[in-house]
Amino acid sequence: MTQRGPFLFLVVLLAGAGIASAVFRNQQYGVPFLPGTQETLWQIEARIDFQASGGPTQAILTLPPAQTGFRVLAENAVSAGYGFAIEDRRGQRRARWSKRDGAGDETLYYKLELVQDGGVNVATDPPVERPAVYFDEPYQTAAATLLAAVVPRSADGLTLAQQLVREINVTPKDQNVSLLLDRYSPNTIFTGLLSQAGVPARTVQVLVLEDGRRRQPLVDLIQVWQDDAWHLFNPLTGPVTETSNLLLWQTSTPGVLDVVGGTRSSVNFSIISQTRPALALAMAGAQEVSRFSLYSLPIEEQSMFKLIMLLPVGALVVVVLRVLIGLKTSGTFMPVLIALAFLQTKLIPGLVSFLLVVSVGLFIRSYLSSLNLLLVARIATLVIVVVAIMSVFSVLSYQLGMQGALTLTFFPMIILAWTIERMSILWEEDGPKEVLIQGGGSLFVATLAYLLMDQELTRHLAFNFPELHLCVLAMILLLGRYTGYRLSELRRFSPLAK
Amino acid sequence: MAWANPLRLWREGVLGMNARNVAYIARYNERKRYPLVDDKLKTKMVVRKAGVTVPDLLQVIRTQHEIEDIDPILAKYDQFVIKPAQGSGGKGILVIVARDGEYFVKASGAKLSVADVKRDLSNITSGLYSLGGKPDVAFVETLVIADKTFEHISYEGVPDIRIIVFKGYPVMGMLRLATKESDGKANLHQGAVGVGLDIATGRSIAAVQHNRPVTRHPDTGRTLSNIIVPHWRALVTLAARCYDVTRLGYLGADFVLDVHHGPMLLELNARPGLSIQIANNEGLRPRLRAVEALDELLHFTADERVEWSIEHFAVDAETQADFWLSNEADLPQEQTA
Repeated sequence: MTQRGPFLFLVVLLAGAGIASAVFRNQQYGVPFLPGTQETLWQIEARIDFQASGGPTQAILTLPPAQTGFRVLAENAVSAGYGFAIEDRRGQRRARWSKRDGAGDETLYYKLELVQDGGVNVATDPPVERPAVYFDEPYQTAAATLLAAVVPRSADGLTLAQQLVREINVTPKDQNVSLLLDRYSPNTIFTGLLSQAGVPARTVQVLVLEDGRRRQPLVDLIQVWQDDAWHLFNPLTGPVTETSNLLLWQTSTPGVLDVVGGTRSSVNFSIISQTRPALALAMAGAQEVSRFSLYSLPIEEQSMFKLIMLLPVGALVVVVLRVLIGLKTSGTFMPVLIALAFLQTKLIPGLVSFLLVVSVGLFIRSYLSSLNLLLVARIATLVIVVVAIMSVFSVLSYQLGMQGALTLTFFPMIILAWTIERMSILWEEDGPKEVLIQGGGSLFVATLAYLLMDQELTRHLAFNFPELHLCVLAMILLLGRYTGYRLSELRRFSPLAK
Repeated sequence: MAWANPLRLWREGVLGMNARNVAYIARYNERKRYPLVDDKLKTKMVVRKAGVTVPDLLQVIRTQHEIEDIDPILAKYDQFVIKPAQGSGGKGILVIVARDGEYFVKASGAKLSVADVKRDLSNITSGLYSLGGKPDVAFVETLVIADKTFEHISYEGVPDIRIIVFKGYPVMGMLRLATKESDGKANLHQGAVGVGLDIATGRSIAAVQHNRPVTRHPDTGRTLSNIIVPHWRALVTLAARCYDVTRLGYLGADFVLDVHHGPMLLELNARPGLSIQIANNEGLRPRLRAVEALDELLHFTADERVEWSIEHFAVDAETQADFWLSNEADLPQEQTA
């Protein structure tokens, strides 16, 4: 007998590993814990138009970087006659279309599918060291005066940015601001002033995600670096706090589209959103999820495993009912197999057909016992009897228009034959009362196991989180060392509780 | 029937099924020694060497072929018992007490033809009664002629005595009386009466049927309060000796009292049941604990161990009287219930 310590350690280890792995896959790949969880899927289409001037043509579209809050599900390009490649240069992804001989109006499409996922966290790239930007005179003097007035009112980069937004938008305008606005855009003033104050900032282009929008342009916004993170600013309105529907498209190079060998190029975006089951999205999204999961199996094996993975749940029910409750069943795990059959037949038709087959079988078995058959021959005879009963019932019920009875075939025939044999022996040796106790116990366990296994949640967890079976295993191990009384013993030994 | 408070049961020292399996059977019974007790034929051979008396072996039947040739052999005996070597819970045991022309008469009075007996033998050898359905061996042995002490108490069949032997120390005993309901079998599951016995004297302490206290035999109506098992000291010593040959720490030894040969061992059980606690109106755990606390080297011989058990597990007369007095009053209700 092993010591309590290592045993408990093993149990905790198994349960911990199961839960940790499940939580990891939930967080990392978005495999949902609950069945039927819905997620929002954004389908974004970038449409590039340009006039090819004949000769080699290239179109380069900057692609959105990995970012917090969105998971890329799929991307593809539609472009007749163009070579297409996605390249990654210093963290900046770009799509490149190329054609030897482009002419006339050309249209290229890039499609992106994204899942909105609050759990996705992506490390942000730190700002690149850049020299401060200075304006031409006399604007630089105005800028320096403005900055000198604002800096004392700020504590750090963020508050400085806030004060600048206020300064740029307040009416009546400060004369320095008015002067600058005559020449520069608010964005340029904003970033320029920040860089002179030594606060890293950059212009980014974002796409506002809104269902059913067409021909949307990218919007210019400013990001200010503070406390190891970028903070989004709109120079006209101030800090942007609600970012869940903002997709960062371009962060470094200005100009999202670059066309070589063409003119009058433009890019615009169409957006639609859909809600889809989270599970389907998780499976479609990351190959890693399916590679080491049951989803990598062919569909037919998958549907089989959907049943097989429920077996441990049934086994747990049997252990609980026998060890904690002390229920008598005929055959230890026979009830689980019956419960598996119930999954196919549904409960009531299953119970009815099981009772029918077993009682008719018992009737025929009572005749067999007078034939003095050897055990093996008798069981074999019973198997044939069971097959016969099943076919007769199926044909009869079909003729009577009861489709439900056709599900009879899901019962494991050998198990039925053995059940009949055991019940029959039990009847002869211990009387019909014991048959009722054990038969009833078996059906009770089978029904309970069925009810548990039939839960949508159970099926979902058992198949999508096979690692949770480690927790089931841990529970069974614990129950295997349970030395307390069984519920039935509280009754059995009640005369001793004087 | 009420539900007992588990804490109450624990304080009374009642051993539960789970605790028995994990803390006693798994801990003290080595699996490799099981075949010795799971096979009654092997048990017979082994304990005989240790000087334990057993019913005489008449015939061993291993194959279907031998069953066909059984007629002349059975013809020699009027009374015999057929047993599966690896049967459990008394299943498959056929007790023939007399002959009636062609027919064999069972303990219940039912008559069996030779074909019926052959069918039973065939069932045994094909493994119907063995654990896991393994092919089994049937054997025929002499019928024990029950000691006259129990003649008027028991309904039919031979009463047997179960002794729980823990690490070689007899810890609890019970007399099992067949009833009409149990078909002449001394099996508590089948409705036999269990009578708890004082380990020191072999005197009845309490009695139980279907896990409920009783004071009289349900069929004969005889009081169970004044039974004293004869040859008691010899019987518990034989039980203690069974440990020396089997080395099974937690053991149930089943004896019968033969009118000529005294206590005879019928079978050993590595997973003895727990109803003996109700029959004794006392929990097993304190006694098992007491033995566990003993120095392994304290006693060497079965006699020394029995001596120790008698000294420590004796039940005083007052406790004994208590049960019979307190339950006698309930008797009319018990019977109607």
